[in-house]
Amino acid sequence: MTDALILDPQAPDPRRRELTTPEGVQVHVKLASIGERLGALAVDIAVLIVAFIVMVALVVLGGGHLGIAFATLILFLLRCFYFTLFELAWNGRTLGKRATRLRVVNRRGGALAPSAVIARNLMREVELFAPISLAIATPQAFATGRLEMVAAFVWVAALACLPLFNRDRLRAGDMVAGTWVIVEPRPALLPDLARMTGGVATAEQPHGFTPAQLAVYGVKELQVLEELLRATHADVSAARRDVAQRIIRRIGYEVPDQRSFDATRFLEAFYAAQRGRLETDLAFGRRKRDKFDR
Amino acid sequence: MALELRSAQFRREREAAWRELEELIDRVDKGGIGSLDGRALARLPVLYRATLSGLSVARATSLDRNLLAYLEALCARAYLCVYGVREDPGGLFAHFFARQLPQAVRASWKQIAIVSLVVFGGALAAYLLTMADPAYYHAFVPPGLQQGRSPGASSEALRATLQGGGGGDALAAFAARLFSHNAQIGMLSFALGFVVGAPTIVLMLHNGTMLGAFVALFDSHGLLVEAGGWLSIHGPTEFAALILSAAAGLRLAGAVIFAGREPRLVRLAREGRAAALVMMGAIVLFLLAGILEGFGRQLIVDTASRYVVGWGVFAALLAYILTAGRQRPR
Repeated sequence: MTDALILDPQAPDPRRRELTTPEGVQVHVKLASIGERLGALAVDIAVLIVAFIVMVALVVLGGGHLGIAFATLILFLLRCFYFTLFELAWNGRTLGKRATRLRVVNRRGGALAPSAVIARNLMREVELFAPISLAIATPQAFATGRLEMVAAFVWVAALACLPLFNRDRLRAGDMVAGTWVIVEPRPALLPDLARMTGGVATAEQPHGFTPAQLAVYGVKELQVLEELLRATHADVSAARRDVAQRIIRRIGYEVPDQRSFDATRFLEAFYAAQRGRLETDLAFGRRKRDKFDR
Repeated sequence: MALELRSAQFRREREAAWRELEELIDRVDKGGIGSLDGRALARLPVLYRATLSGLSVARATSLDRNLLAYLEALCARAYLCVYGVREDPGGLFAHFFARQLPQAVRASWKQIAIVSLVVFGGALAAYLLTMADPAYYHAFVPPGLQQGRSPGASSEALRATLQGGGGGDALAAFAARLFSHNAQIGMLSFALGFVVGAPTIVLMLHNGTMLGAFVALFDSHGLLVEAGGWLSIHGPTEFAALILSAAAGLRLAGAVIFAGREPRLVRLAREGRAAALVMMGAIVLFLLAGILEGFGRQLIVDTASRYVVGWGVFAALLAYILTAGRQRPR
């Protein structure tokens, strides 16, 4: 297939999920990967450890029973409500999630309920703190024997590894609360390619295309072309020359002046003309998916 | 002049609003919703709905992939911002205690009944067994928790363990430690509900048998009334908290086992949120029990007063759970 464009359109992202807003419009979000979530957790645990050390130091300096009472309560609150309070205050984000640009959202759309935040973080008791205390427990803690220790370890490890075993990377807390952890969407609006060339070609401009020439390609090729025009990698001009040659051959375009021919300008003009043509078709209810779509 | 594409025109007309929305969301993300003044606060939902409808239009008419991706991300961000956790903490707090908590506890009556049966059935069994043969005491109460309370001890020594003692600051430390220890056990029994509830039941049975064996020990030494007073000051509250956390755990277990017609994950999420509310109530009770145990038990040494205070608190609790947050008759 010599006339195929050289770039493949992106495969659908397996981490992409749909959320329906209360207004009934679907928006897309991207699930956080296990690695991203571990990164966020590492930051949060580091914060907890620092807070723990500070508390212990304060008690040692302050001394007294009241100091111990105070420290005990603060440590309890840190352990049990650090995640909950931050996620409530910062709309589904802890310090770690904020640093790694993650966010907890309601899987079914709609607001993230405070009870959901509480539920998902209460589960950390078995998912996070149980494995940690098991890991640092001395063998004496398992007075009943080695078998119990192995059983407890396997069971706790299975719970902690739950996100590896389901498509949506849900940990037990997410299941119990009906939540997802997603990557914070980052909107970036680039200049409109069709406006860069001043809209569709006119008689005064060098590149004019006939309706037959514009009927060759479809939406898929148009968007591949958009990607090529927005690309900034090193050998992009070579790729553009190559693609321009393929298009010229495929649509039977006469290059008016070979010496002043500029592949990028040609592709921009072709993109604008093509998009105008396809969008007009769209307005009349015809969507030409790709070049094979008649 | 060149003709402008319809989609380019669409973008030119709306881009300013998109940028404004983006800037508002940036401010909310950095400084919270409080960083918006009244005018901006009113603009936010307007811009959000306009952008959402813009996304629908763009999906139907525009072939500019970058524009579509931008609107997707902007709408998702705006949606998360507009529909975030937004209640003010004070209102949230009041609503929780006035309505949500008592309602959630009442809705869990089945689980509460099951757990109570396990705890008090276990207590009764352990009581009867220990009365029949004191050697069972060691099977029910781990050596680490006995603290000199064992069948071999004299009645006088046992009576001494029921007295108050200590004062002021030491009690605060004691109460805080009791609270955080007990609350952690409670949260564990909640979270264990996720693994179909069996460990929760075992944990409850263990607590029940400890109670039964403890009562039997003192009864066999003729100290039943005094031991009752010692337990009464914090026992009803603490066991209520324990039973609530286990009942919350059983709601999770029930959702995992009996999904019914709903998808299992949907039911689990719904039950999980209700159970979390019950669990929050249990933590508040653990705090109360910790205060009663840490201060009350040491400072109130008269047995009769112990009964009155302990069960008085429990009665107030019961009245609150049964009456608060009911729908008014129409």
